[in-house]
Amino acid sequence: MKPIVKVENLSKQYRIGAQEVSYQTLRDALAGVVRNPLGRLRRRAQSPVVWALEGINFEVQPGEVLGLVGSNGAGKSTLLKILSRIVEPTTGRADLYGRVGSLLEVGTGFHPELTGRENTFLNGAMLGMKRAEITRKFDEIVAFSEIERFIDTPVKHYSSGMYTRLAFAVAAHLEPEILIVDEVLAVGDAAFQKKCIGKMGDVARAGRTVLFVSHNMTAVRSLCERVLWLDKGRIIEDGDADRIIPIYTQRGTVVALEQLWEDPSTAPGNEKVRIRSANVKPLTGDGNGEMTIETPLQVEFEFWNYVPEAVLNFTMHLYTVEGSYVFATASEVEPRPRGLLRQVVKIPANFLNDGAYSVAIQIVEDTSNTLCYQADILVFEVSEAPRSGSWFGKWPGIIRPKLEWVSESVTADEDIYEYERE
Amino acid sequence: MTIQPSKPWSALDLGDLWAYRELLYFLTWRDLKVRYKQTLLGVAWVVLQPLMITLIFTVFLGMLVRVPSDGFPYALFAYAGLLPWMFFSSAVTASANSLVANAHLITKVYFPRLIVPTAAVAGRLVDFAIAFVILAGLLVYYRVGLTWNVLMLLPLVSLTMLLALGCGMLLSALNVKYRDIGVALPVLIQLWMYVSPVVYPPGLVFAKLGRWGWLYSLNPLVGIIDGFRVALLGGTFNRFALAVSTAVTLVLLVYSAFMFRRVEKGFADVI
Repeated sequence: MKPIVKVENLSKQYRIGAQEVSYQTLRDALAGVVRNPLGRLRRRAQSPVVWALEGINFEVQPGEVLGLVGSNGAGKSTLLKILSRIVEPTTGRADLYGRVGSLLEVGTGFHPELTGRENTFLNGAMLGMKRAEITRKFDEIVAFSEIERFIDTPVKHYSSGMYTRLAFAVAAHLEPEILIVDEVLAVGDAAFQKKCIGKMGDVARAGRTVLFVSHNMTAVRSLCERVLWLDKGRIIEDGDADRIIPIYTQRGTVVALEQLWEDPSTAPGNEKVRIRSANVKPLTGDGNGEMTIETPLQVEFEFWNYVPEAVLNFTMHLYTVEGSYVFATASEVEPRPRGLLRQVVKIPANFLNDGAYSVAIQIVEDTSNTLCYQADILVFEVSEAPRSGSWFGKWPGIIRPKLEWVSESVTADEDIYEYERE
Repeated sequence: MTIQPSKPWSALDLGDLWAYRELLYFLTWRDLKVRYKQTLLGVAWVVLQPLMITLIFTVFLGMLVRVPSDGFPYALFAYAGLLPWMFFSSAVTASANSLVANAHLITKVYFPRLIVPTAAVAGRLVDFAIAFVILAGLLVYYRVGLTWNVLMLLPLVSLTMLLALGCGMLLSALNVKYRDIGVALPVLIQLWMYVSPVVYPPGLVFAKLGRWGWLYSLNPLVGIIDGFRVALLGGTFNRFALAVSTAVTLVLLVYSAFMFRRVEKGFADVI
């Protein structure tokens, strides 16, 4: 069969420090040209380059649903942006035989002052739909979004859930032959996510081709037969989703219980704060024991604070290694002294389910300015505790709190017979 | 469809632009809607702004300094000049800032980028049409009889629009890379107003320059604004100045369009 998408030797190069070069002021540019006519050329030659994508080759057959997986910075988004014609490749080519609809963001072009109805038309046109087409599908879009009553209200009054619903409803009614979707399912409530995944499944069943990027492995697994695994701009695996996803999810289980940066110049952070170390340990025994669902845990990290009395607070984000967001917990906002500081946060026993978790640390200044965000700083596994009873299946859910159950009698024993006789 | 690195100078691909004409309509409509919705007086501003400026100029330049106005009431003379000028200057300013203002679209969805500065100009054309109604009222009030000259109005408005588009495309593309443009533009626009016959008749300058008068005509707005007044109030067109305006506009438009195409592929990377 003839492929519908054919990508040959596609590469994309970015220049590190391109920001500084491109945001130079006109004055610098003019002065530079006058002073040193060849300077620009030389600087180009010197500035280091990174290959966001390097030598990508693959083909997609019509009707195929292809999942793209890989950690942050692997090049997934760059690839989608090239296929969506937003950025140009540096070398190579891609041929797409069909109408492309790309969904890199939910609600592109939504304007807060405009009503839901107006934004539907605007967003539809932006995604490449014709006005007649939007008019025809309008009722269907509104019904799918479940916000009929508010369709003539400016979207600035919408809750974020309503906003997402409407935005996705428009996108879901785009009928391209090739649909490109980036991580848009990461927002919205669970029920609506399910509906969206269902809708995308319909798209695929209708014989259209879908290229799908997500960190939600459950979604990738239920939608895609085939997966491309990207790492550092290259394809490292291409094949059956059922074969690749388990390998992919387990790559994160390279457990990292502690990290230490001896040299501040290479540590994560900036001139205001730098992380020195992080570790996670069980709060039982000598701290080297097993971490089970019944063990309280302690996450500790140290950092250098270079600004006296900086108003800082810290957030610990916890993810499962499959990428589900478990929770975020934030510290008090307080002025902090200059020096090496330590933060400790405890995770109670009987709270996390068994599985592997990844910790991200975020340091925020003045409650709004993120100074440092370090993803995957720690990765740990929580194991199952010996269970009583006769059922030993995998306990479902992301967390596993042990909650109090109260049992009491509502009616006395003899009253039950009364009900049955009537 | 094939995606590959493009050559430095590529074709304009007007077909692609045509395919996205509805988006041009929606973007223009969005700009207008949002602009009018967010102000207390809404559409009234479109009329109030030139009226207030006309009032200021009439008091200071017309009554105090006594700037000549070719025998017409100064208020009418000034309004007839301010109308095309304000259309031009607001269209250039809006389109020069349009790409930067729509950066969130540029990085998330494909469409021919030329649509963005074009929509900005189109939005100001609507403003112009509304403000024009007042001019019609002034003509009636001052009992100015129309002549066949009025037929030149449509070509003149088109020319103004194309000139604004030419400037807007060039400046918006430069603004993506050099944000200085956005900062320097208000000053340049101010300067351009004084070297154009907006509040004074062009004859003043031609008389001063003598045989170097043609230099003044190199400013494409000289022919346009003067022509606009002649079309409405009567008189004779300055054919040389109009020819220069047309030539400058067309050259600028073609150059800007190709130059825009040349740099647009990098927008999403640097914006």
